[in-house]
Amino acid sequence: MIAQSFQYESPGTLAEAIELLHKYGEDAKILSGGHSLIPMMKLRFATPEYLIDINGIPGMSEIREENGVVRIGALAREADLEHSALLAKHFPLFKDVTKLIADPQVRNMGTLGGNLAHGDAANDHPAVMLALNAVVVATGADGEREIPIDEFFFGFYMTALQPREILTEIRLPVPSAGTGSAYHKMERKVGDYATSGVAVQLTIGEGGVVTAAGIGLTNVNPVPLRAVRSQEALIGKPLSDETIRLAAQYASEDCSPSSDLRGSEEFKRHITAVLVKRMIHRAAERAMSS
Amino acid sequence: MTKKITVNVNGTEHTAEVEPRLLLVHFIREVLNLTGTHIGCDTSSCGACTILLGDKSIKSCTVLAVQANGKSITTVEGLAPEGGPLDPIQEGFKENHGLHCGFCTPGMMLRSKELLANNPNPTEEEIRWGIAGNLCRCTGYNNIVKAIQWAGAKMRGEETPSTEPEFV
Repeated sequence: MIAQSFQYESPGTLAEAIELLHKYGEDAKILSGGHSLIPMMKLRFATPEYLIDINGIPGMSEIREENGVVRIGALAREADLEHSALLAKHFPLFKDVTKLIADPQVRNMGTLGGNLAHGDAANDHPAVMLALNAVVVATGADGEREIPIDEFFFGFYMTALQPREILTEIRLPVPSAGTGSAYHKMERKVGDYATSGVAVQLTIGEGGVVTAAGIGLTNVNPVPLRAVRSQEALIGKPLSDETIRLAAQYASEDCSPSSDLRGSEEFKRHITAVLVKRMIHRAAERAMSS
Repeated sequence: MTKKITVNVNGTEHTAEVEPRLLLVHFIREVLNLTGTHIGCDTSSCGACTILLGDKSIKSCTVLAVQANGKSITTVEGLAPEGGPLDPIQEGFKENHGLHCGFCTPGMMLRSKELLANNPNPTEEEIRWGIAGNLCRCTGYNNIVKAIQWAGAKMRGEETPSTEPEFV
């Protein structure tokens, strides 16, 4: 399958890339890892007239910690996330999630920035970013703009990114001591989109009381979903079978999955509840041992 | 509008005028006539088109040729020098009957190349996760895993495991 013809640009700086975006407007698409965009172009679901390849821009794939924030460059590959000691230290769920995304070759190309900018609720990182309370940085001609993750996803393939902006960085607040996180998705086969996926980050304080909880759901809603009632069921109380049961029940009620080849709506709600339970347990175990 | 690219392929520089929409796998097969890299699914699922871009294994059906401009790639033709000894990975597949029809083999071997470079002594589980992006439709995975273990042992300078065929 061959994409429709386009003009290819490979700017060497971010400023140059933004200038090109201004010149070509909505007829341009940004190419990062390309593993969502190129397949769509091959199927001609996407037919950009200009392709702006940002892979040659230096310094956009670093992962570093600064003043209590972990900054991940938008071009950090899935393989970089998988092998980052810094991420493993603060956010153990990255090891869970990266292993479940596609396969090693795809992870050598696919980027975190691209995964988010694609705006697909079937992707795994949106739920992870919701659980971790990420901030997405968009850069345009006027400089940087911070977008809280809860304001980033709008609808199917729609995000808060403007046509003349580039997603340049993801910022994650470093969690306090006593925090653990976990991710799992049910998939029919290796590398498939989730039947349902759940990301959890928990902070457990004195007396075993949950002081913070972030729960994100993958592919069971038209837009990546934060399980707000599930979080509230946990916060301010010690973890118990009852609070966990409630959190799981709320997530299964609040999501809106559609029946498809991966399962019926009912089945997906059930799996979501099961995964919420399991991921709370796993995140709690990690929080205790952190 | 075409674009001039220069790609180092298996140690030799090649320059060509290509359309930006030309996929890397078509550049390799149709411009360079290196047909060892196969096209299976054309949807980045099967791994038959796996090559090394730099030292990373990638699926060349989902990368544009222009993205390889100024970079080095390795295809199956580059694993062993012409007339020279086989790469330990090729030897491993040969010794362990790591192929039935052979269609997935170039991709399997290039993927194994990076796998063993990063993890010289992988467990069976690590190998199976490591080749998760390569499909063998003959389902000859047991011998493929053995071939990779055999190649790993050879590369570590250890005695290579027995290559008695396994009947399951």
